[in-house]
Amino acid sequence: MKILSVKNLSRSFGGIKANDNISFEVEEGTILGVIGPNGAGKSTLFDLITGYTKADNGKVEYFNKNIFGLSPDKISNLGVGRTFQKLKPFADQTLLENVMIGSFVKEKNIKKARDKALEIIDFVDLIEKRHHFAKELSTGQRKRLEMARAMAIEPKLLLMDEVTGGVDQKTIPGLVELIKKLKDSGVTIITIEHNINIIMEISDNVLALDQGKSIAYGSPKEIQQNKQVINSYLGTFDAA
Amino acid sequence: MENKLLIAKSETLWNTDNRVIYLISGLIILLFALPFFGLNSFYLHLFIMIFMHAVMAQSWNVIAGFSGQISLGHGAFFGIGAYATSFFYIEYGISPWISMPFGILVSGFFAVLIGIPMLRLSGHYFAIATLLIGISFQVVFQRWDLVGAASGLWVPMTAEDSWSALQFHSSKVSYYYIFLVFFIVTFFIVWLLSRSKLGYRLRAVRDDPQAALSLCINVSNYKIIAYVISAMIMAPMGSLFAQYILIIDPDRVFNIEISIIVLLITVLGGIGNVWGPIIGASILIPISEYSRIYLGGTGGAVDLIIYGLILMIICIFRPDGLISFVPKDILERKKQR
Repeated sequence: MKILSVKNLSRSFGGIKANDNISFEVEEGTILGVIGPNGAGKSTLFDLITGYTKADNGKVEYFNKNIFGLSPDKISNLGVGRTFQKLKPFADQTLLENVMIGSFVKEKNIKKARDKALEIIDFVDLIEKRHHFAKELSTGQRKRLEMARAMAIEPKLLLMDEVTGGVDQKTIPGLVELIKKLKDSGVTIITIEHNINIIMEISDNVLALDQGKSIAYGSPKEIQQNKQVINSYLGTFDAA
Repeated sequence: MENKLLIAKSETLWNTDNRVIYLISGLIILLFALPFFGLNSFYLHLFIMIFMHAVMAQSWNVIAGFSGQISLGHGAFFGIGAYATSFFYIEYGISPWISMPFGILVSGFFAVLIGIPMLRLSGHYFAIATLLIGISFQVVFQRWDLVGAASGLWVPMTAEDSWSALQFHSSKVSYYYIFLVFFIVTFFIVWLLSRSKLGYRLRAVRDDPQAALSLCINVSNYKIIAYVISAMIMAPMGSLFAQYILIIDPDRVFNIEISIIVLLITVLGGIGNVWGPIIGASILIPISEYSRIYLGGTGGAVDLIIYGLILMIICIFRPDGLISFVPKDILERKKQR
């Protein structure tokens, strides 16, 4: 079943077309990887889908319901979670409090919300850090915090913006495993990634953007062999 | 891992240190017992002013400390509370205990009215807008004949002490206890608020509105809720103050100084912390009262100079306020690291 359908989505900033007529679909339970060079319009696409930026035109359907023009809080309330490229933890609150703010969406009772938050924190493997303030966590831990916080609203669709960006090499495998675990738990994922090996490893489909345009959409293997993608982004790609 | 999760789940929700609970209990008992030690009229007045300003600062703490909106016009809600009780008492003889809730509701109503357009603004734009709103109330009441215009209202004195009229002429002890009860009740209301779902969500709005939106939080609505709660805490202090001094006028109850002093108290004590307003009021109000005694009149404005100096020192060396001197593992939830 289609969980998300984006049709002809466009957004310009001044004379620059950040997203130009982008269309794609995402099947429930899959991972869609979004790739493209810096400035390709990947984060803008996330902002348009989640309502943070208003699109000039186009259509966004979530479970066949048009969510175009809804505010971000209403879209998240429908079950669309997201993380941010520039991390946005609630810095002066503990990890547990950060995740509890998310778990309050589905759970009104404080103790139950706390227990649910703890389970999610355990899922992202940060249980020992639960009473640490967000500002005290490392970048990798804050990435996990954002994932945990987004998971706490029990999203059906999760948009993750550069989860492995800015973290050390040792941390990356753990984050990749976490994304896989998330998918196994039934969450549909759209993830922006610069690390092409990761995208090829975890994605069911890949959307390639360049200068605001969608230049390719297909399975990782198809994308790997797409000449336009190779020219504009991959160069000589070696999957190994 | 399972064990670690079970251990985490078995933790109490609030790891408030026992020392804090003993301190609160001890303080409450002490404050109730103080008048029995023969406090003279000045000290009773001093404590009344500390309680009143702590509540006012607690009110400001809700909008500024919890939801991150700096309001510079909070005196307006103090004035509304003051006028609500005095006007209905003078005109219709309605007990302040009855008109006080009316003042609270009117303040809440105006907070919604002001909040809907104003809270779309953020940061210093919101601060400037509220400053002007506060001044506007003063100007309107200065020209409003029905409520005495610039001369204000004189509350007729009862012949004897009266609980229904909220007037006590023989001693300030009754006032002391009334303000004390409001002080304690407000502390617990704000304490509960800070630990409620609403408190969590307000802090999310304060820390990062964009991230809050991604967690289904309607940022504008929550700012308005905080503003209304804040206004409704402020109003009864205006009502009680009016019955305490029995004369109110726009320059006194809508003065910009009220909005500034609650800001100073909260910042000095610790913004966003329920203890901050109490600590701030306990330090700044005695400075104000003693400078008034020794320097005459309104303290020759020396109190304001002292406030300024203290605030500069705090902002440079302790930006989290004096509460930051208390080890975090006592007040915060880091005990089980």
